[in-house]
Amino acid sequence: MTELQPQPQPSEAELSRRAFRQTRKRKSTLIAFISTLLFAAAVWFGLISTPGWSRVSQSFFDWPTAVASLPRVLEGLLLNLRVLVFAVIGVLFFGLLLAVLRTLRNPIFFPLRLFARVYVDFFRGLPLIIVLYLVGFGIPGLRLEWLGRIPAEVLGTVALTMTYSAYVAEVFRAGIESIHPSQRLAARSLGLSYGKTMRLVVLPQAIRRVAPPLMNDFVALQKDVGLISILGAIDAVRGAQIEVAKFANFTPYVVAGLLFVLLAIPTVRFADRISAKLASREQAGSTL
Amino acid sequence: MSPIDWSKPRLRVRGLRKQYEDKVVLGGVDLEIYPGQIVALIGSSGSGKSTMLRCINLIEEISDGQIWLEGEDISVAGIDQDAVRKQVGMVFQAYNLFAHLSILDNITLALKHVQGKTKAEAEEIALGWLDRIGLADKADSYPDKLSGGQQQRTAIVRAVALNPKLLLLDEVTSALDPELVGEVLELIRDLKETGTTIIMATHELSFARDVADWVVFLDQGVVAEEGEAAEFFSNPKQARTKEFLTRLKR
Repeated sequence: MTELQPQPQPSEAELSRRAFRQTRKRKSTLIAFISTLLFAAAVWFGLISTPGWSRVSQSFFDWPTAVASLPRVLEGLLLNLRVLVFAVIGVLFFGLLLAVLRTLRNPIFFPLRLFARVYVDFFRGLPLIIVLYLVGFGIPGLRLEWLGRIPAEVLGTVALTMTYSAYVAEVFRAGIESIHPSQRLAARSLGLSYGKTMRLVVLPQAIRRVAPPLMNDFVALQKDVGLISILGAIDAVRGAQIEVAKFANFTPYVVAGLLFVLLAIPTVRFADRISAKLASREQAGSTL
Repeated sequence: MSPIDWSKPRLRVRGLRKQYEDKVVLGGVDLEIYPGQIVALIGSSGSGKSTMLRCINLIEEISDGQIWLEGEDISVAGIDQDAVRKQVGMVFQAYNLFAHLSILDNITLALKHVQGKTKAEAEEIALGWLDRIGLADKADSYPDKLSGGQQQRTAIVRAVALNPKLLLLDEVTSALDPELVGEVLELIRDLKETGTTIIMATHELSFARDVADWVVFLDQGVVAEEGEAAEFFSNPKQARTKEFLTRLKR
């Protein structure tokens, strides 16, 4: 087959089409710009024309308070990050474990399968805040001397891991079930055992496929680490609360909120990137 | 061409039945295949070709009958299915290759994890096969970068590399574009020289006539007619066979 050569000079018709597209593109950009400007102006004037705006802007958007409260909020955010790292590791481990337990077919594993199923149903239904209370105040209440005094952030991490493992287990299970049955059959007919088929063929593909929804759950987890403050851990939210009390001004909450958003943006972008990358390989393995 | 060893059948099937609820897919099939033989399984869609292959590979539970592999009853209750499948390779219509593994790793996976070969041994075998089918330069590519024909050829050598006692090919060309069918058939023809024992369900009648030693025509779940390939196609005995062959020729 001979390679097709690029055309040296586009035809008259093509040139006029290109010119038309160029104009249309410029027009679209201009319209988008004006529309955005008008929209922002409408929101802005709508806001400042409210009767309480001057009071709200003073108590929520006060620059000196923001600057003064930043160090403590930032320090708290470091605790949130530490909790996040451990929770993500724990959630990945237990989520995958629960998902795999649910796929076991051997009758000897029946109790484990049942446990996984009940666990997932239970913790997907139970509000996270109640899990936090139960773990945060229940475990210390057991007065297990050998455990010593457990810091609030550790208890918070445990509670977050317990709840999120249930969600992530369902994501992993969906991934496992989405792998085409032929892949499993192909592995089995090569003589691979059930366990090896799972470990070497099904799971690696399933995990890749569910990476985007998994990242979504981790974005949610990333902001929910702020809830450990209700157990008394001095994180960003609790830090902000202390500053709010000190200055009698709500601005530190806004500061903490913005920091959480800033923290989420890289994760969200990263999730988008891997989704796009995975989509390009979606057709792999098919001969069609 | 390696000679066929007629002393002892590699596979023996007696009275194989498969039914779901009230639908009978296989209604008592007898079959014998000898080492080195290539058997073509033909018949219209729904005649039970695929089901038969899946029963032999123990993917489907059979409803009645018996199957022996080299004299050992593999349909007996409590048989180690993994052990049987280590000796019987199977390639499907599509989605055969593992999408997350390179072509080389697709072939070495079972060599390493089933046969316990070292990485170096497995890769030597795999590269030998890839070289043979002209895909050595694709060893590090992933399946999505290969054409359908290249994927199917890789799937076939992945099964053959394990030296199976029996290779089952389930319509391996049906999902391919017509211009890619030829290269896959060429590989099967090539395998004949290596003495691999093959049962292939196929719609490629001229290929079956060319390469198969024996042709089995399944119709509505039973063997309607079987015979030496040349004789079968030039001189079919049963009315059903004649009808099927003329229908496909048209």
